Amino acid sequence: MKTKKSLSKFGIFAALPLSIFFIVLAVPFGQGLFLTFTDWDGFGYEKFIGVGNYAKSFQDPEFWVTLTFTLKFVLVSLVAVNAVAFGLALLVTAKLKSKNIFRTFFFVPNLIGGVVLGVIWQFIFNTALVSISSKFGWSIFQSSWLNETDTAFWALIIVTVWQSSGYMMIIYITGLISIEQDVIEAARVDGASALRTLLAIKIPLMAQAFTISLFLTLRGGFMAYDVNVALTGGGPYRTTELISMHIFQDAFAYGNFGTGQSKAVIMFAMVAIAALVQVTVSKRMEVQS
Amino acid sequence: MKTSKLAGGSAIARKSIFATGLVLSTAYFLPFVLVFINALKPKMDILANPLAWPKSVSWDNFEQAMQKMDFFRSLTNSIIITVISVSALIIFSSMLAYYLARTKTKFTKTVFLILVASMIVPFQALMIPFMSIFAQFVSLNNRAALVFFYIGFGVALSTFLYHGFISKIPTEIDEAAAMDGANDLVLFWKIMFPMLRPVTATVAIVNALWIWNDFLLPRLVLTQETQTLPLSTYLFYGQYSTEYGQAMAGLLLAVLPIIIFYLILQKQFISGISTGAVK
Repeated sequence: MKTKKSLSKFGIFAALPLSIFFIVLAVPFGQGLFLTFTDWDGFGYEKFIGVGNYAKSFQDPEFWVTLTFTLKFVLVSLVAVNAVAFGLALLVTAKLKSKNIFRTFFFVPNLIGGVVLGVIWQFIFNTALVSISSKFGWSIFQSSWLNETDTAFWALIIVTVWQSSGYMMIIYITGLISIEQDVIEAARVDGASALRTLLAIKIPLMAQAFTISLFLTLRGGFMAYDVNVALTGGGPYRTTELISMHIFQDAFAYGNFGTGQSKAVIMFAMVAIAALVQVTVSKRMEVQS
Repeated sequence: MKTSKLAGGSAIARKSIFATGLVLSTAYFLPFVLVFINALKPKMDILANPLAWPKSVSWDNFEQAMQKMDFFRSLTNSIIITVISVSALIIFSSMLAYYLARTKTKFTKTVFLILVASMIVPFQALMIPFMSIFAQFVSLNNRAALVFFYIGFGVALSTFLYHGFISKIPTEIDEAAAMDGANDLVLFWKIMFPMLRPVTATVAIVNALWIWNDFLLPRLVLTQETQTLPLSTYLFYGQYSTEYGQAMAGLLLAVLPIIIFYLILQKQFISGISTGAVK
């Protein structure tokens, strides 16, 4: 009687969403892993080739270019986005009348998809800045930043910061306003400076906000695709392809399904390890404080 | 008292904070201004000076862009796909979360753990097998396929959000309703679901933002007639990027709907994001 009832409950509440979840996520994930060990060409496979696809992926020099570029991007964007976002959060939690308007301005870029942002900034870097700098004789923007790998990297960082700092700002605001005013007041009475209150009281008490925001930026950095495609398109000469775009190109533009999927599995492993390490370290710091 | 003391003591500090805020928010908003003023100008004026205010206002670029990027068709597609996916996600994940939170067995705990763990899997790791498995399905009806995929990808996070909230609702409420003879479905929709309103708002906003702006999945799945707004913007820009004025008008059209939506629901957006992230 009881099992029958719980079974019908499962059928009503859980069966459909869970089956969709398994069809859409688990099946491709399992199959994707399985296919990397075969000679799959996008349509079918004939035999197992062990780790051949992985070996081939690591022998691909372009993949190494992508890997280094991606890691650099993840690190720099992680630091830059969070530093800016935390600064903005401090700014809009100060006692200002105009803080809500500021908050809206900082947040709006986040509403817009990476593709549209990417092309807006493509126009800025390729056309607007070049024309302004030739008018005023500036040398810094004379040729488009998107033409050189190094400057294109910073262009990607600028756009990423512009796009995601508003979102992370909201998370930091939530953290900041969750701190009880009594604690801050007590510190002030004890004569702690604003900076010391920030470092010794506020930041430790809102450690959870850092855990979340760092996790989201880390994951976002590895998965960045839209801005990459729309801003640099991977150019010049495939030197600014982040891993996500590299996988897309490898599989769908060059037809290398075997190595493409192996690289995707490598990407998954990197994201999982990086996220695990980050969350473990952050959680430990939360407990200590 | 405290504030007045603080304000009196640090008027300069407050002014400098305000000035910093003003400079930064101008910097954040400048790209949009740039797009807007150039959308009103003919091509020659843009090349001459992209920073200059338009000499005369002309909406030609908007008309051209609207027509070339098939604005209303992509807008309709985006709306249909987002509304159906988000509604389905709300219904499915609230029910699933209710089941998982109220039926405590080894099985439900495992399922919940799998859902949470799955959130770390990047779409790129599934993309390639995904296309080979679903190619047939996609070619039949690609909008329905897209909605189906969004449900599959979104169900984990949404269920997680609902689960956290439902766990805090005392079970006495369910028990009392069950005593009155309400069956499971009635109980859920009449009593439980109305209590979940704050999370429903979060789930709706987080998913709507993601689905509305998604580019990669529509790019893989959709054909020309069923393009969503980000996709048609990207293709339009690729084709007409040298027609700067039209390209700018197209970009502005693409961002307008979501900004309007945000301005109407600003409060819900902000609280939605903070609760969605902190859970």
